Amino acid sequence: METAATPIIEVQGLTAAYGEESILENLSFTVNHGEVFVILGGSGCGKSTLLKHLIGLYQPANGQIFIDGQDLVSTYGESRQTLLRKIGVMYQHGALFGSMTLLENLCLPLEEFTELPETARNLIATMNLSLVGLADYHHYYPAEISGGMRKRAAIARAMVLGPQILFLDEPSAGLDPITSAEMDELILRLAGSLGMTIVAVSHELPSIHAIADQVIMLDKQTKGITARGTPQQLAHSDSPQVRQFFARQAGS
Amino acid sequence: MTRSADHATAPTATLTVDDRRPEQLSLTIAGRLDLAGATALWQTACELIELRRPRQLLLMATDIDYCDGTGIGLLVEIERQTLRHGGSFKLKGLRDEFAKLREQFELSELAELPSSRPEPCCLPEATGIAVVKTWRALRALVAFTGELSVAMLAALRRPQSIRWRDVWLIAEKAGADALPIVALLSFLVGLIMAFQAAIPMRQFGTEIYVANLIGLATLRELGPLMTAIILAGRSASAFAAEIGTMKVNEEIDALTTMGLNPVPFLVVTRVLAALFVTPLLTLFADLFGLAGGSVVLLSLNYPLVTYIHQVQSAVSMGDCLGGLAKSLVFGIIIAAIGCLHGLRAGSGASAVGDAATRAVVSGIVLIVIGDGIFSVLYYYLGI
Repeated sequence: METAATPIIEVQGLTAAYGEESILENLSFTVNHGEVFVILGGSGCGKSTLLKHLIGLYQPANGQIFIDGQDLVSTYGESRQTLLRKIGVMYQHGALFGSMTLLENLCLPLEEFTELPETARNLIATMNLSLVGLADYHHYYPAEISGGMRKRAAIARAMVLGPQILFLDEPSAGLDPITSAEMDELILRLAGSLGMTIVAVSHELPSIHAIADQVIMLDKQTKGITARGTPQQLAHSDSPQVRQFFARQAGS
Repeated sequence: MTRSADHATAPTATLTVDDRRPEQLSLTIAGRLDLAGATALWQTACELIELRRPRQLLLMATDIDYCDGTGIGLLVEIERQTLRHGGSFKLKGLRDEFAKLREQFELSELAELPSSRPEPCCLPEATGIAVVKTWRALRALVAFTGELSVAMLAALRRPQSIRWRDVWLIAEKAGADALPIVALLSFLVGLIMAFQAAIPMRQFGTEIYVANLIGLATLRELGPLMTAIILAGRSASAFAAEIGTMKVNEEIDALTTMGLNPVPFLVVTRVLAALFVTPLLTLFADLFGLAGGSVVLLSLNYPLVTYIHQVQSAVSMGDCLGGLAKSLVFGIIIAAIGCLHGLRAGSGASAVGDAATRAVVSGIVLIVIGDGIFSVLYYYLGI
């Protein structure tokens, strides 16, 4: 297993912008191996923008993003593909391919990136579905299962190539409290048993308290990190914005 | 025997075989058992078990430094293969953290591998499914025709209830924006047909009758038919895709729960727009088809006035109005079929594409069937 407390993601001076308008300015933070790291903040503060920069979908206006010691921003071609294979992403609404069954959704990356025979691909896909509790739903199409199941299937697909880092975009958003708690348990189980580093974007306080080792809170006004630390540290923060966020969420 | 797993940087996992004891096959896996490592060892391990069919298999896992889901997959596969051949399996030395991951999988759950593709059904079953599907589609078509007729009548009785702003917007998109393509294609078809007809007719000195041919064929058949087919490809698919996307995004459900019937709200506006623009586009198609024919006769040294005179003598107002009447019906068919397939779209991204495809295909089929019915009707009416 990888040693804990060594950084696997390092963001240095990241500035994200849409055209002339900057969304995030001069952001720096690190995520350690095996950590569950949560990016927190209100609507429009740039959480998803930051996530899309971390997974290489957007090119930053300035700054560097190191994944496992390699700069994602200045890596191109085959090396970038190899680097991107170290990460798995679960999108907010799953982004499963609607014309494929869950099993086929999971087999697709294995088919494209490995030389494994079909039986092996099916076994690995089924095992990943079993990890998220969906082994019995392998033949279902995404439209035939619930939103929570779709998210779990998307996690299974993101894990199928054995990534080192799993990015989750709003894993508990839109789920009922019980399903949301099940999702939190699943995330903790994955982080524990697979030793995966998990980076999640969320604004659901119960989930953050349940899963997060470290949290950063983004602020729309300052376009940067307004607080960082463990969920408990943030809950007792001196910053009025952070306190207000936690108080409002707790009251809602 | 030692087999190494290839990796981008270094060998990540190795498999060592010890078969000194005849009744027992001993395998040692060492290194990093991740996707690359497991993939490289998979084939070798499976072939080895298949070949030896051991009564006992001892898998030494003490030196596995890292093991993810795929690595566990390899361990499970080795166990499964051994058990399948009637042997016994023993795993030794797997670190606690990996053993916990292994414990999450029940071998019996993974024993029956699901096929990634559904089994193809037999001919009688496929025929039955096709018949039921066709029957349901026909029933839906009849029901939709009835619903649309009621909605159209209600709209005509209360014209102020029609969303005229939407009607004109759709008419602009489906009609005015389609004019260049309708004009170009009609002109070219008129020109090509006149050219093809002029070659044999010239041998008999009857090339002037090309004008009669073009006049009759364009006004009675080609003008309305070409316009309808272009509109089916352009607008029926657009209607199906737009309404299909609304269905997928639950916008149709939102309309229904607001108390708005989607048929008057979405379908009547589109049918009315198509009703207005199809005859207008047909008129333009007729005009440009005739212009295309005139180019050929002008190139054969006939003056334009002769061509116009010949066309006038060959066609009557009935031919022109008959073509326009057809185009009215074609317009209704195009809009209604597009909307019907949009409203019947399933869910998911492919559903919208399927709806658009079905709208174009069934739209064109219905237009041609309708044209045939009109031909018979006009024959008996003497038009």
